[in-house]
Amino acid sequence: MIYSEAADATIEERVAKLEAAKPVVNSGDNAWLLTSSALVLMMPAPGLALFYGGLVRRKNVLATMMHSMVLMGLISVVWMVYGYSIAFGEGNAFFGSPTQYFLLKGVGGAPNSDYAATIPHQTFMLFQLMFAIITPALISGAFAERMKFSGFVLFMLLWVTVIYFPLAHMVWSKGGLFNWALGGKIPVLDFAGGTVVHISSGISALVCAFVLGRRIGFPSEPMPPHNVVLSLIGTGLLWVGWFGFNAGSAVGAGELATSAFAATHFSAASATLSWGAAEWFLKGKPSVLGVASGMVAGLATITPASGFVTAPSAVLIGLISGVVCYFAVTKLKAAFGYDDSLDVFGVHGVGSTLGMLMCGLLASAEVNPLIGSTFQTDGKPISLAGGMGQFLNQLKGVLFTVALGAIGTFIILKIVGALVGLRVSEDSEDQGLDLTQHGEKAYND
Amino acid sequence: MKKIEAVIKPFKLNEVKDALNEVGVQGMTASEVKGFGRQKGHTEIYRGSEYIVDFLPKVKIEIVLPDSQVSSAVDAIIKSARTGKIGDGKVFVSTVEEAVRIRTDERGEKAV
Repeated sequence: MIYSEAADATIEERVAKLEAAKPVVNSGDNAWLLTSSALVLMMPAPGLALFYGGLVRRKNVLATMMHSMVLMGLISVVWMVYGYSIAFGEGNAFFGSPTQYFLLKGVGGAPNSDYAATIPHQTFMLFQLMFAIITPALISGAFAERMKFSGFVLFMLLWVTVIYFPLAHMVWSKGGLFNWALGGKIPVLDFAGGTVVHISSGISALVCAFVLGRRIGFPSEPMPPHNVVLSLIGTGLLWVGWFGFNAGSAVGAGELATSAFAATHFSAASATLSWGAAEWFLKGKPSVLGVASGMVAGLATITPASGFVTAPSAVLIGLISGVVCYFAVTKLKAAFGYDDSLDVFGVHGVGSTLGMLMCGLLASAEVNPLIGSTFQTDGKPISLAGGMGQFLNQLKGVLFTVALGAIGTFIILKIVGALVGLRVSEDSEDQGLDLTQHGEKAYND
Repeated sequence: MKKIEAVIKPFKLNEVKDALNEVGVQGMTASEVKGFGRQKGHTEIYRGSEYIVDFLPKVKIEIVLPDSQVSSAVDAIIKSARTGKIGDGKVFVSTVEEAVRIRTDERGEKAV
């Protein structure tokens, strides 16, 4: 039967059939996604490593940079062994099968048409890996200058396994609870990781700050950044890397990538201005570190909305972000007295929560036509464009992420505390982590 | 034999050194120090956290001289280090009991 059918068809028909059955790699898309993967890896190091490294005191700069550096090694290997499989394997609504892609079995040159039909499955895996590295690295700002290195490694291993991989599955994987495009129950719009990356790391950072406690001497003793210049170089690298993060999340090199690129840029630009203006108005001087913090806030805030909103909406999101995050970092932290040393919660947690909710109000089906008709309930398409309905869906996604991040992190910290300990001794904290944890000093002259 | 200790503004160090050379002072020791007097410090703000920085960078010069040279040296320092603004610094003069040149074992005024 098969042969006779084939004989009846023309060559064109047979070719068309084959092309429909087997997704084809588009070299333009693949080039952009490989570039984006490299850009996202530039965010943990040197981007974040410099940004955070400059903000701590000179005795802790190496230990702080080490957090980002060692995660590039640790998470990559874990991702290869079972991380990708839990995140993107087929499973239930909460996590994927750890065996489906165990040791990257079956993740090769052929595209996975569910996730990205025009690039090799392996490219998609690499792109997603870079997100898994930057997310835990963000948390490290909360416990900078006091966490024990062994405790850090164990904490991060458990954190990605219990929180990051499942959350990535829920939001971005086939059948995930919040996946609006691939069979989820609650349609949450999160283009590049507002929940998965920034709220999860932000809320976990807050829990870390409370559980580990303040640095010795905080807040009475001055702890100014030891080198703001390093932080500014890091900020610039983060902004550039973020284009890979957001525009790469279009998993292609078409119109959507360009529109996400534009939204990312305009939000960062406007938050730069609004944080600086808020500080100028309230404190009398616009600080350079404030302007840089505004850039990062604008980038973290637009992340979930970047593939769904117009450029003017992005400017609005950025303007509000700069002011809200400024108050989160200055007033909120002071009011509750926690020592989130490098403001992970105030910038990433608060910023991306704002971004998720504003995305629910401003998402546009003209920017991203898929949100107009892809999600269905009882066979009927439901539009996810901006409005009260989608705002509530976004809120559910945020609340779930906060609950998972907070409870999960608290339990992991208790386990790590009991097994290897969380904090260095008072003596070691006094001498600095560079010397006591790593046997080195950053500046020897 | 007297010791002159002068705490001055860092950017005045070269002028003071030249002025001392002119009145015949041949050597001195300078250190970077921190301190404050009536000038007090300033405020720095990092992400909304305000730090009051009391200690400002200063340079301290130490010279040991025969008694006869002291008053011209002090005058030279005052003249060259003065800007007229608060924070110009101070000069202290004290008696020194002994000086030794390590290379030759010379003692007293011959050693300074």
